[in-house]
Amino acid sequence: MTELKFLDQPPRFLFFTGKGGVGKTSVACATAIQLAESGRRVLLVSTDPASNVGQVFGITIGNQITAITVVPGLTALEIDPQAAAQAYRDRIVGPVRGVLPDTVVKGIEEQLSGACTTEIAAFDEFTALLVDSVLTADYDHIIFDTAPTGHTIRLLQLPGAWDGFLEDGKGDASCLGPLAGLEKQRSQYKAAVAALADPQRSRLILVARAQQATLREVARTHEELAAIGLAQQYLVINAILPQAEATQDALAMAIYVREQRALNEIPELLKSLPCDRIELKPFNLVGLEALRHLLTTATPSTVHSDTLTAAIQAPSLSKLVNEIAEDGHGLVMLMGKGGVGKTTLAAAVAVNLAQRGLPVHLTTSDPAAHLSETLSGALDNLTVSRIDPHAETERYRQHILDTKGAKLDAQGRALLEEDLHSPCTEEIAVFQAFSRIIREAGKKFVVMDTAPTGHTLLLLDATGAYHREISRQMGSSGLHYTTPMMQLQDTKRTKVLIVTLAETTPVLEAANLQVDLRRAGIEPWAWIINTSVAAATSKSPLLRQRAANELREINAVATTHAQRYAVVPMLREEPVGVTRLLELASGNRINPER
Amino acid sequence: MTTIHVFDPALCCSTGVCGVDVDQELVGFSADVDWAKQNGAQIERFNLAQQPLAFAENPLVKAFLERSGAEALPLILVDGEVALAGRYPHRTELARWIGITQAEEKQQSGCCSGSSCC
Repeated sequence: MTELKFLDQPPRFLFFTGKGGVGKTSVACATAIQLAESGRRVLLVSTDPASNVGQVFGITIGNQITAITVVPGLTALEIDPQAAAQAYRDRIVGPVRGVLPDTVVKGIEEQLSGACTTEIAAFDEFTALLVDSVLTADYDHIIFDTAPTGHTIRLLQLPGAWDGFLEDGKGDASCLGPLAGLEKQRSQYKAAVAALADPQRSRLILVARAQQATLREVARTHEELAAIGLAQQYLVINAILPQAEATQDALAMAIYVREQRALNEIPELLKSLPCDRIELKPFNLVGLEALRHLLTTATPSTVHSDTLTAAIQAPSLSKLVNEIAEDGHGLVMLMGKGGVGKTTLAAAVAVNLAQRGLPVHLTTSDPAAHLSETLSGALDNLTVSRIDPHAETERYRQHILDTKGAKLDAQGRALLEEDLHSPCTEEIAVFQAFSRIIREAGKKFVVMDTAPTGHTLLLLDATGAYHREISRQMGSSGLHYTTPMMQLQDTKRTKVLIVTLAETTPVLEAANLQVDLRRAGIEPWAWIINTSVAAATSKSPLLRQRAANELREINAVATTHAQRYAVVPMLREEPVGVTRLLELASGNRINPER
Repeated sequence: MTTIHVFDPALCCSTGVCGVDVDQELVGFSADVDWAKQNGAQIERFNLAQQPLAFAENPLVKAFLERSGAEALPLILVDGEVALAGRYPHRTELARWIGITQAEEKQQSGCCSGSSCC
């Protein structure tokens, strides 16, 4: 058996972190099984909303510590962050429901429905497990398939965030944070954060895929968490396509080459981390037997998988574009989690529209500027612009600190600065920058690779601030008499396309985005499933098996989630430039293999 | 001693920066509250998003919310009676409620209503 570095002399707490779909729950499960089978007493804590921990062991786990009898020494606990956030909201809102007017209660609930609240609520649930107690005394290891973000930890570390309510139970000034509904004592949170930052007790394992964008994101996470003292970090690169597979087929070869390039060009910051590579397995990571073999090189004989022999016939992106084109103008927003390919698909939609002779403005937040450069001047009626999310966020932060922060004391200012590092801030700053271009959508097509979440829209709308801001920017254009919220709700004028991948967690995350948008009265117009192997042709057994796994997700999107959808196949070459972008949209023609 | 209760609208982030606008009024008011406290005033603030119970338990505030909605906040009670609604008080108003003479104010009125300078 190969010795994995992240499993070498593991401390008490192991945290696996990484974006949705990289396989951190599988790796966490496999680790828990391995440690338990080597005689340790292990508690596995899963916060993955798509958690199949219970399913793997054939039992129901839920929000209580449950013994896994098939693996002696292993116990598990599932925390549902959404349920935790709901419980948290209920603690605050429950007592006034039916007492205060419904609209007021709804408003309060919306304030407490952001990503930050979910984060904090989940951390609240963790806390008891991180401090010494009777509850955890029996375990040698506690394994988490998630880790708090830098933002959450920093917020908990700030004295300013706590002043006023937890200490003396009273709110003060405007410093009333999302921490107000927390149950435990501040000393407990302090102890939990201290445990996290102690390399003797905690190890953070960054899980990634061999993809450039993913590795860049992991490098950022690494830097952020290292800066607040979580220094002991390991890197696991999961599901790498084995070399042997590349010889079997052109698509597999292209993926292999791309992955190897990403590995060779790994960000400088990550190079010093102890790193383990796990190959893509020829079996599904479901069931005890499969998970036992995830961390080894041996292949179990008892695990079988379905494979898919031919590419599926699914609606292509150009079919969606046909419908979009009918309107002649409007706003098209692509929305989805990082790394699903929003920028590329936005470019594909824009190029497709422009090629039909329609006037199009493509505007992206593409960090590399790579795509916008290759498209500039490529088509007569296509304008390309780009905003730099980092620069926009920085400008917004500086503006707020200069105005609002001017009169605050040191503690208040530190808290304000931390609030300005929340995910909402970036979203607002970026959307604000984009909104200057939105007014053009009355005359031409505006295609954007981002959209605000429903939560942000509702908050901005509630304050009226957003409306004022946009009205000012729209000036005397024809859109003046409707609110921006109305513009986004009207599918004749705005089409929101949700982008996802044909994998469990990304589809689940996309469905959550949809729920969030619906709360704001916005109905996503279509879904796009990107980089689908099922929609491509391949002879590689590993890829064919992956294609078979995609079917369930594609089917869920087609039948449950989406009004209309398209599937974009995985390409052998990166979709750069007009020709390849057109090919991308056209569907299954791009792999001319017999 | 005069007691001032301020019922704030709901603020999302702890510092309320989740809007496109920065509410300069709020910034100024926070500073005024500090000033008033230093001058012996008893001021307490309640955020709708964090302490809704405080709103529900006070019949005056509850009725105000029912009649005018959360958009009409803030609401300021002085010794339990409505003193101001829909905006934050200025420093001069705070001074009047807590019954202190304000140096700055005197200077101002001395300047503009008297004959000496304006």
